[in-house]
Amino acid sequence: MNTFKSIIKNNIRQYGMLIALVFIMIFFWISTDGILMRPVNITNLLLQNSYIIIMAIGMLLIIVTGVVDLSVGSVCGFIGGLAAVLMVRYHFNVYVTMLICLAVGAAIGAWNGFWVAYQKIPAFIVTLAGMLIFRGLVLWLLGGESVGPFPEEFQRIASGFIPDFFHNPGFHLTSIVIGVILSIIIVFLDFRSRRNNQKYEFEVLPLPFFIVKNLVVVAAIMGLCIVMASYKGLPNVLVLMGVLAVIYTIITDKTILGRRIYAMGGNEKATKLSGINTDRLSFFCFMNMGVLSALAGMVFAARLNSATPKAGNSFEMDVIAANYIGGASTTGGVGTVVGALVGAFIMGILNNGMSIMGINIDWQQVIKGMVLLMAVFFDVKQKNKSGK
Amino acid sequence: MSEVILEMRNITKTFPGVKALDNVSFSVRKGDIHALVGENGAGKSTLMKVLSGVYPHGSYEGQIFFLGEERQFKDIADSESVGIAIIHQELTLVPMLSIAENIFLGNEPRKNGIVNWHEEVQKSKELLKTVGLRESPQTLISDLGLGKQQLVEIAKAISKKVQLLILDEPTASLNETDSEKLLDLLVEFKKHGMTSILISHKIQEIKKVADVITILRDGATIETLEKNRDEITESRIIRDMVGRDLTHRFPPRESTIGETIFEVRDWNVYHPTHSDRKVCKEVNLSVKKGEVVGIAGLMGAGRTELAMSIFGHAYGRHITGKVLLHNREIDVSSVEKAVKNGIAYATEDRKSLGLVLIQDVKSNVTLANLENIKDGMFIGSHKELQAATYYKNKLSIRCSNIMQKTVNLSGGNQQKVVISKWLFADPEVLILDEPTRGIDVGAKFEIYTIINKLASEGKAIILISSELPEILGVCDRIYIMNEGKIVGEMPAKEASQEKIMERIMLTQEVMG
Repeated sequence: MNTFKSIIKNNIRQYGMLIALVFIMIFFWISTDGILMRPVNITNLLLQNSYIIIMAIGMLLIIVTGVVDLSVGSVCGFIGGLAAVLMVRYHFNVYVTMLICLAVGAAIGAWNGFWVAYQKIPAFIVTLAGMLIFRGLVLWLLGGESVGPFPEEFQRIASGFIPDFFHNPGFHLTSIVIGVILSIIIVFLDFRSRRNNQKYEFEVLPLPFFIVKNLVVVAAIMGLCIVMASYKGLPNVLVLMGVLAVIYTIITDKTILGRRIYAMGGNEKATKLSGINTDRLSFFCFMNMGVLSALAGMVFAARLNSATPKAGNSFEMDVIAANYIGGASTTGGVGTVVGALVGAFIMGILNNGMSIMGINIDWQQVIKGMVLLMAVFFDVKQKNKSGK
Repeated sequence: MSEVILEMRNITKTFPGVKALDNVSFSVRKGDIHALVGENGAGKSTLMKVLSGVYPHGSYEGQIFFLGEERQFKDIADSESVGIAIIHQELTLVPMLSIAENIFLGNEPRKNGIVNWHEEVQKSKELLKTVGLRESPQTLISDLGLGKQQLVEIAKAISKKVQLLILDEPTASLNETDSEKLLDLLVEFKKHGMTSILISHKIQEIKKVADVITILRDGATIETLEKNRDEITESRIIRDMVGRDLTHRFPPRESTIGETIFEVRDWNVYHPTHSDRKVCKEVNLSVKKGEVVGIAGLMGAGRTELAMSIFGHAYGRHITGKVLLHNREIDVSSVEKAVKNGIAYATEDRKSLGLVLIQDVKSNVTLANLENIKDGMFIGSHKELQAATYYKNKLSIRCSNIMQKTVNLSGGNQQKVVISKWLFADPEVLILDEPTRGIDVGAKFEIYTIINKLASEGKAIILISSELPEILGVCDRIYIMNEGKIVGEMPAKEASQEKIMERIMLTQEVMG
């Protein structure tokens, strides 16, 4: 029989960052006199970090293969600029513009992927070059000035909320319904996987822990939905992020593609010698990153309601840091979508909370840097311990 | 001339599960060229590693006397400081540095704390003259051939005021003229009073230069032969090297052999970077249904290269030749295609090429055939668990459960996971490259049993092994490979270690 202590010990690594996130939230909740958890601030927080989170999901796949993509910030800015030029200067239809942007994002990703996967140029160099190239191109495209504003339809990507089908003024009932459905699905899936594991006599979380874990998850989802419902409901961006998170969790956990990407990150040579085309996998991951960067670029531009030459500057660092804080390994093969989300939220809440508290931007940077270092430090420590 | 420079007394060295050296005593007279011979795994390298401090004092039993004093070396630097230098089979030069920089690496002549380049180049020139290498000290190592690199290694050793020079198969990768030069150099050094220990498989060259020959087998000294005292013949050395009891190390084997299902014709492979070096030369081989075919040969004979080039061109360049399965030519131009066409290759290097160590047993088992556990768009976790459990039981993989990470398994069990992976891919031809390397005797027996079982299920099996008893004990038919060529073929019933060794030695002789 497992003791309470050993259960905590065995699972602390898995949930460590999640617990840290909760503590950070509680800390700022108290130190900002509750401002942090106000519906309007939560909504803001999600919007502010949406583009980082969208790119962090794409970056996860790349980091799992064992490399990084430094060009995402510039690509994000370039696509924002492209969208602006198409819509504002050439009066393209909003939806046609979105499709073009996603296609161009895919092409940029394919460009990076071509050099990395098929020409064997180190990803660091290819994407460092990409960072310069696309920053240069956005400057050229916008002629060094901001372009905007956008049609309202486009702005709604970032600033819109899902419609309320119940037309209940003051409280957004649809958001609650979505929360309930989501909670039921999550609990059901977790229960099913637990039952399956028991059938094969694998170790599972003891029942009380299992119940507590699910209660916490449900409470978090419902809490978020209730808070949002009392403001304007769920933002479109949150729904977009949620859908992406679910899709990519399924890809990484449940599909052959995901399994192969993890295997490649764990041991590329062995994976190749198992008859798997690792070049194609690497190409795919970069192309996917391009599409998600394009999406993030549009969200960012829509949020600011203009495209600027500086847009997306140094986003790549936040995106990469989010993944490492979330437990991804620098050598590849390890990392989860949920981890990347948690990492991004930790960064986001630190930014937001410290800004509310009035901490200067200089010290914010220092603290964020220390958090990244410490998170990876504890992760490495844990690994060494469990390796022995 | 009879002064003893080195004496190793009752050396015993055990690895987990294996006694690599069993009470070995070994002494070398000053000014001799002392040859050390034995099969792969006989303990030659281990003995030299004990001597040079790679295995530090305390990790073995016994005593070492050098220049009349007992020595307890902590590491290589320690043994180097008293004048013992070892030149390994794999050269340890830095390719992008010059000859002079390599010779004095870690030992740079200094003046006021900075490297004295002038002195370094001058000294290098003298050393290069001594070893007979006419190259500028500023030449980069990467511009030199293997033979010349070897000479640089020797120059490096001499620069450290060496008293005893150990060469581990120095001519293994050299051509005839380079080998000749190197041996002449050793004789030349001997005239100046240098002592050397020469580890070699080439009996011809040993007979030519050695004053004393010590033969090791299974971690024990068998015989020490002396020039002008004992009668030194090839057959005597070979008999000493091999002869051993083969009963009960292998499970009994009853083979039912069918028609030929796999054939390789006129297979030629060039080295991936040295494009003028041909690694496999006109290789032809065939395997029948239910047959276990062995490929015997020394290390560096080109066996792994042959196997990997057949397995989806995973090794080499400019590959020509045909691969036939059931008399139809198949495409093996990528690993993906080779696997799809029914070929599997279980690598000799299971840790870096065979397994994804950070993943669990189940993921490793299914990696090569994920299509087979597909459930719609997803991995069918139920199917995967079933498959992994099946192989866990079939091959008796010992793990706490199939969710255990493979990094935590023992070598034998890791090997079973690799074999499981390939069985799950359901190949017709299974190539096993050194499947029992580095695993204990019990696990070896289990692997042999698995091989028998697979053959009786109708798979065609190619077994590459450097251990001759293993080849003889497990196979139905044996190919002998040397220097990239198939130099012999015989049914296992007619084969013996002597015969195989003889074929290798004879073909070696032709080359020099």
